[in-house]
Amino acid sequence: MKRILAILVEDRPGVLTRVSGLFSRRGYNIQNIAVGPTTEPGISRMTVTVEADPNTVEQIVKQLNKLVNVLKVSDLTDENSVERELMLIKVKAEPGRRSEIQQMAATFRAKIVDISPDSMIIEVTGEERKLQAFLLMMQEFGIKEIVSTGSVSLLRGSKVTRDLRA
Amino acid sequence: MKLTGAQMVLACLELENVDVVFGFPGGAVLTLYDEIYKRGLRHILTCHEQGAAHAADGYARVTNKPGVVIATSGPGATNLVTGIATAYMDSVPLIAITGQVAKPFIGTDAFQEADITGITLPVTKHNYLVKDICELPWILKEAFYIANTGRKGPVLIDLPKDIQAQEGEFDYPDRLKISTYRPTYEGHPGQIIKACDAIRKAKKPLLYTGGGVISSGAHEKLLEFSRKARIPVTTTLMGLGGVPCDYELFLGMPGMHGTYAANNAINEAELLIAVGVRFDDRVTGKLDTFAPNARVIHIDIDPAEIGKNVLADIPIVGDVKLVLTEMLKRIQPGDTEMWCAKVLGWKKAHPIRYRQESNNCLKPQYVIEALHRLTGGEAIVTTDVGQHQMWAAHYYRMKNPRNFITSGGLGTMGFGFPAAIGAQVAFPEKKVICIAGDGSFQMNSQELATAVKYKLPVKVAIINNQYLGMVRQWQKLFYGGRYSQTSLAGSPDFVRLAEAYGAAGFRARNVGEVETVIDAALNTPGPVVIDFQVDPEEDVLPMVAPNTSIVEMIGGEER
Repeated sequence: MKRILAILVEDRPGVLTRVSGLFSRRGYNIQNIAVGPTTEPGISRMTVTVEADPNTVEQIVKQLNKLVNVLKVSDLTDENSVERELMLIKVKAEPGRRSEIQQMAATFRAKIVDISPDSMIIEVTGEERKLQAFLLMMQEFGIKEIVSTGSVSLLRGSKVTRDLRA
Repeated sequence: MKLTGAQMVLACLELENVDVVFGFPGGAVLTLYDEIYKRGLRHILTCHEQGAAHAADGYARVTNKPGVVIATSGPGATNLVTGIATAYMDSVPLIAITGQVAKPFIGTDAFQEADITGITLPVTKHNYLVKDICELPWILKEAFYIANTGRKGPVLIDLPKDIQAQEGEFDYPDRLKISTYRPTYEGHPGQIIKACDAIRKAKKPLLYTGGGVISSGAHEKLLEFSRKARIPVTTTLMGLGGVPCDYELFLGMPGMHGTYAANNAINEAELLIAVGVRFDDRVTGKLDTFAPNARVIHIDIDPAEIGKNVLADIPIVGDVKLVLTEMLKRIQPGDTEMWCAKVLGWKKAHPIRYRQESNNCLKPQYVIEALHRLTGGEAIVTTDVGQHQMWAAHYYRMKNPRNFITSGGLGTMGFGFPAAIGAQVAFPEKKVICIAGDGSFQMNSQELATAVKYKLPVKVAIINNQYLGMVRQWQKLFYGGRYSQTSLAGSPDFVRLAEAYGAAGFRARNVGEVETVIDAALNTPGPVVIDFQVDPEEDVLPMVAPNTSIVEMIGGEER
């Protein structure tokens, strides 16, 4: 089962290693990870997507909480939250197929961010499922390269993750 | 107050009441060692950094104070790793201070550079690479605080050479509050009530207790608890000494080399009260057959231990001593007499036993019983890892906590002798006996030089069976008797080895010599090595084969 964890950490050297090292040492699998600043100086937020059963996720959360630089771990999976991932896709685009690709991109509310004589780069954001659907549609044009951020996630409404005292 | 980095370390050690450190100098800690020289701090120089780490660990285990070990950068630091991992697995407070190459050289593969914070990340509770002299005072404070609170453990501070010489303001904080680190000490009152209710109703309750009882100093509370509620106790290897071995309701160890009574009690119990334990695989055997009839109350200071291996019906996160103290206010004697009679019947009918037949073939168990007898069961016993460790656990019937010092979690061969050195440094007047195997002893026998140099009267009893005995036992039972690389024939003459270092050496080959030799050893000042030449083919029994139920025991038949 896919779970999304929000981890607030002190922004100190080696914190990412401590977190990712814990996952590998205990045999948990990180599907993707995104790290960025928060509104508080010195505090970073990691969003980690893992595939694990509920007992394993409970263990992961407890073990993460034991790391001295970890402030708070929240499982956002069952919370009402907004999840987004950003992907850049370079597709083959001969002049004759450009409008077809543009149409498809518009349907997915994706943006064309670069055009060259035989290719385009498209920027698409959304939940993982939407990105996968878009990728599928792009396959028939020929995907040359993709890159994506990890998922990031925020609770809907005025609640903030720091308030979710476990 | 302006101090150099090295002076800050010494000032911190003084403020933390550290009166002795263990270590080995080198290029990247010259400045620190210069300060040790100037301040006259007591320092035990071992022959190998691993020995220093185990000695500091042994010191910590017997005193309940953090042990401090110092090593240089690169190989000095990497030689500590086994010692740090040993302390980590057994939750021992240890402060490791390593030198590091000067800051401008970090990351350049400089001479004797190793990324020791990276290497020790998975085996420390926390670690630090000091990059700024301004950080050093709080890092030192925090290191001691983290090592010695909550679930205790090792903390490493990597100190670059230039920072040791650099000056900075030394403002040592009195107290610390780390927002990201807040161990829970008090058990949840609601959970405590629930647990007490479950205990009152239970007809077949069992206390399964471990190292947490020892580290929180809860042994008296545990005994009172067991007596008051009339609940039998089984203690893990790490929990030995948690109740005295001669206590009526004590069933011995559970698990792979557990007693018939303990394993069967776990199997039949309706309520398992797990106190400061982590349901290690050596205790549980095949997990889904463990305690099949029991609801589980799990008390532990580390929330991550709860539900890790066995799901708890009533979890209580907190300090074992505080929780037991609260529970003692509520519990009443339950209706457990039938159950107690049953388990005590098992205990009587299926004791741990061996047969010492003729005078010619000395049994290892006999040696350990004799050691117990002649020291009145009052010695601090350290062990290495293997058969002798299990025999020591079975036959040196522990009375007191913090007297049985063994590498339980990591199972580190070579631990016992340097740990005994640390214990003897802590308590110069106490009898300290290292029960070693001929294989294990040779992993750190160089520390004989340390024991001699510091006149530490550690007595090393080598249970010499000329094999890596535990491995040989597994080869005999599970690998068709193919003794692959387990013969230690051709080991040195341990008596002459001891003498070469300036220690005394004795040897016993048969029953008649055992007591005489132990007597002589105990009455010889300074370190002594006794070579007990025992039956090479003796096995540790009973035994549960790996990944089977703990009631499927080899040995342990009715008397």
